[in-house]
Amino acid sequence: MSWTRKHLLDIQSLTPDEIVTVLDTARAFKAVGERAIKKVPALRGKTVVNLFVEPSTRTRISFELAAQRLTADVINFSAEASSLKKGETLRDTARNLEALNADIIVMRHSASGAPHFLARFLHASVVNAGDGAHEHPTQALLDTFTIREKKGRIEGLNVTILGDILYSRVARSNIWALTKLGAKVTLCGPATLVPRVFEQMGCRVTYDVTEAIRDADIINLLRIQHERQRKAMFPSINEYTSLFGLTKARLALTKPDALIMHPGPINRGVEIDSEIADSPRSVILDQVTNGLAVRMAVLFLINGGKGPQGVAQ
Amino acid sequence: MKSNEILILNQAAMERALTRIAHEIAERNEHPAEVALVGIHRGGVFLAQRLAALLSTIWSCPVLLGQMDIGMHRDDLDRRTPPSLRPTVIPFDVTGKTLILVDDVLFSGRTVRAALDALHDIGRPKRIQLAVLIDRGHRELPIKADFVGKNVPSALDERIRVRFREQGGEDEVALEKGGAA
Repeated sequence: MSWTRKHLLDIQSLTPDEIVTVLDTARAFKAVGERAIKKVPALRGKTVVNLFVEPSTRTRISFELAAQRLTADVINFSAEASSLKKGETLRDTARNLEALNADIIVMRHSASGAPHFLARFLHASVVNAGDGAHEHPTQALLDTFTIREKKGRIEGLNVTILGDILYSRVARSNIWALTKLGAKVTLCGPATLVPRVFEQMGCRVTYDVTEAIRDADIINLLRIQHERQRKAMFPSINEYTSLFGLTKARLALTKPDALIMHPGPINRGVEIDSEIADSPRSVILDQVTNGLAVRMAVLFLINGGKGPQGVAQ
Repeated sequence: MKSNEILILNQAAMERALTRIAHEIAERNEHPAEVALVGIHRGGVFLAQRLAALLSTIWSCPVLLGQMDIGMHRDDLDRRTPPSLRPTVIPFDVTGKTLILVDDVLFSGRTVRAALDALHDIGRPKRIQLAVLIDRGHRELPIKADFVGKNVPSALDERIRVRFREQGGEDEVALEKGGAA
């Protein structure tokens, strides 16, 4: 047991031991979710603010339910309806939330490093719920949790991440988490979206999809992030599907026990065949369930030893 | 055992204490089917397993067994590094049951208080009894054990070390003297 962090900003700075601590803690919270009363008093009297400057539905709902199941009070703050639109700076918005005695601020922002910026001056804890193309730590933790739950281990597994890697914070956080825990990560997708520079993170890069999925124990499919692409990185969606989509013909080439993951939202018929998404090989809905347990674990861990009402130590 | 420790129970004494507790549980509870043991992590889990084995021999039937982690229900989460948590596993309906909470050392009573709160979220047992291997005194809450292996008067700066063969060594309970690292 080794958790002394006040914030969860990224996976890059976590030790393997800290990652395992989150996963072990999440196992206990998953069991809570399987009971008639799915609530524990661990964050009683605490206030969690979901500060979502970039729109999100599933991550926000997951954090909201996680905080509620820990008996915290939750405020949802979205950019569309906020004073950020009226010209307030992020620093002032965060300071105002802290003046309401927020204990934990969960933030999503389109700018990489925005949560790190908040953590420098806030007394409250900060959880990164996705910052630009940088990191999405809780997604990587829930993916790692799901892999460990299904396969019993991480070390030595072949994990292939297929799709838009360049713009993906999910890919970056997953690469950090998986390589720290000893998995072998392969990246595949259109060359424009999978630059060779990722080899410096300890991954293998290939543009041959057959070769990428053949020996994989896990195939993690990423959505094409239309919203982050400033120019066309590949000719058409149809071409992407025919070259890199997980079709039934391609699935037949994989190991029979290879699991299919996807952080959602899935685009049926684009990166994944509709039937595969609903097949027993897909653990996409397990990922959603596990995401709740992992986020409860993260909120629980960073709250430890904080003292009442987010007062700085 | 370390040099700053005094032996309280050796393996044979621990076995005798558990055998006596099992017989006391059987004497107090007439209906085996209504009884379930719930061990509190970690030591309580080992003890509950052993009591369940002893009771199933006495009653000639299997005994319901669960385990719980009370970390999420602690009252000091604000003041300490987060405790490591293990899943709570209660694989039976507690409603109408006599639950016997099992822990290794009864001290302030705060662990038992947390366990009672946690059980409240799981169901409505008919009654709850408490079995502990060691009662070292210094209660901070109005909590009392129904079954006690050994009462050990202790000073506040002393510690009770309970070791189990399941953890790789020998069964042993020792009192660690105050002022030790």
